[in-house]
Amino acid sequence: MADTPADKTPADNTSAAGTTPAERIPTVVVDGVDIVYRVNGTGAGRGSATAALNRILRRRKSEKAAGVRRVHAVKNVSFVAYRGEAIGLIGTNGSGKSTLLKAVAGLLPVENGRIHTDGQPSLLGVNAALMNDLTGERNVYLGGLAMGMSRAQIKERYQEIVDFSGINDKGDFITLPMRTYSSGMAARLRFSIAAAKDHDVLLVDEALATGDRSFQKRSEERIRELRKHAGTVFLVSHSNKSIRDTCDRVLWLERGELRMDGPTEDVLKEYEKFTGGPDKKAKAKPATPKPAPKAGAAA
Amino acid sequence: MSQVLHTPPPTPKAPATATAGTSPAGHDLAALAARHGLSVSGARPSLPEYVRQLWARRHFIGAFSTAKLTAQYSQAKLGQVWQVMTPLLNAAVYYFIFGVLMNTRRGVEDYVPFLVTGVFVWTFTQSSIMAGTRAISGNLGLVRALHFPRAALPVSFCLQQLQQLLFSMAALAVILLAFGVPPAVSWVLAVPALVLQFLFNAGVAMVMARVGSRIPDMAQLMPFLLRTWMYGSGVMFSIHHMTGPDSNVPSWVGTLLQANPAAVYIDLMRFALIDSFDGSMLPDHVWALALGWALVAGIGGFIYFWKAEETYGRG
Repeated sequence: MADTPADKTPADNTSAAGTTPAERIPTVVVDGVDIVYRVNGTGAGRGSATAALNRILRRRKSEKAAGVRRVHAVKNVSFVAYRGEAIGLIGTNGSGKSTLLKAVAGLLPVENGRIHTDGQPSLLGVNAALMNDLTGERNVYLGGLAMGMSRAQIKERYQEIVDFSGINDKGDFITLPMRTYSSGMAARLRFSIAAAKDHDVLLVDEALATGDRSFQKRSEERIRELRKHAGTVFLVSHSNKSIRDTCDRVLWLERGELRMDGPTEDVLKEYEKFTGGPDKKAKAKPATPKPAPKAGAAA
Repeated sequence: MSQVLHTPPPTPKAPATATAGTSPAGHDLAALAARHGLSVSGARPSLPEYVRQLWARRHFIGAFSTAKLTAQYSQAKLGQVWQVMTPLLNAAVYYFIFGVLMNTRRGVEDYVPFLVTGVFVWTFTQSSIMAGTRAISGNLGLVRALHFPRAALPVSFCLQQLQQLLFSMAALAVILLAFGVPPAVSWVLAVPALVLQFLFNAGVAMVMARVGSRIPDMAQLMPFLLRTWMYGSGVMFSIHHMTGPDSNVPSWVGTLLQANPAAVYIDLMRFALIDSFDGSMLPDHVWALALGWALVAGIGGFIYFWKAEETYGRG
């Protein structure tokens, strides 16, 4: 059980919260959460017409016979996040990081347990709302409105967003359709739009990996700034460096279980030992097959 | 790949039972959350709250529909000119086939205006419902990434179709004048007819959005259902003439066909715009019918859609 290392961590302060009542305000309480994906079209028949028919006819019978596979992506995870914390989520591919993040954002249902939040946590990302055929300028407005900003707020921040993205550094590109942008430029604009809003609880999924070196630096700064305004920041990343630079607490998920929860240095040291040193050993244990969560993370 | 996530049972079993060793922690966490007034993530808002949230997102709904409309022709050289060109060309094709080649009037005066009005008004309902069917299932990326009342999507797609129709109506006015239909005060009646039709479309689109989010296969089935509906709604012919006293169709068939919402809205528009299409061709209580359909579909569809709000984006 992953609980043992977790017990010696700041999360444990919840039980000791009585001693320091005023200082720490929880913003996210994750309480024994399980998340299970059910994937259709697996097993016998591999999604053929007969298998689909079979699934419809025997709907109420066993899921396995109907070709539905259960993927237990997150297993009994509990932690408390406090205002002002920046929490890194680490773990090897397919360990449930993005899934947990989506559940905290309220975009995925949990199987067991509850997630309590202060306000509405938001995933940093507006990619889905933007349209490649529209100009950068219109996308700034569209993305802002999609995140729930008012027109006045966007107008106020507009110049800031464009300057931050650096789109206009090499000419007047903001009035061109986004499909004409290089992938790096588009990624920078997306991050700039998403980061324009102040969030109560901000969830960032590997957004720092976009753009060139100077933009990465700027985005790290912006995350730090958001963290000051916002309550709590969650960051999913495979870059131990950006976790070190931005987070003061780290949750380590492995195969859906919370393996460790503690100050950045302690957890990263263990994690690096796990991934860096005995590399072969890590590969010897194949991660649970998990098509669904990664597909969601790409959105 | 299709992936189904079932909604959790309303009362999840206490986590304390699962973690026997650390059982007090479970209670502590729930109590801690309650003490600081945290809300449960991903719960469905109450109906008035939902309406309020939707209203707060009205600018997004407007911007999204306009953006979709604009993006449609942004790759074309003529650009937005196609907004008017497309309905005009459509009308030209119908004129060529029915007006010139077949020279068919089927006992209808001003047949070309009659036909073009019917096609445009029907297209509004048809494409709203089609877009509604895909509103959730076709925008899962958006639904899974951002928080907003999901009803914003079907409503916004219907709004896009309404804007499209307004371009068509401009083209229609030109066609009416070209075919010698005089402009009249009754043209103003097009406005309430359109408002009611929009309400009806939005309601049906919301119903279909919920159905389509659960059963994506509906998008494959809908074109056939819609085409059947079209033939029953008198788009190309006059129900009034086909089922009139001198035809051998029982009269209740005509009454039934004429009371169907698509036929009601099409006939109202023809009544408003075309001089020779007079009140005697309309079914009884036509405005009451139009209003009734709009309210039943609009309110019913909205509530039906809201009932599954927390499940969207998970199927």
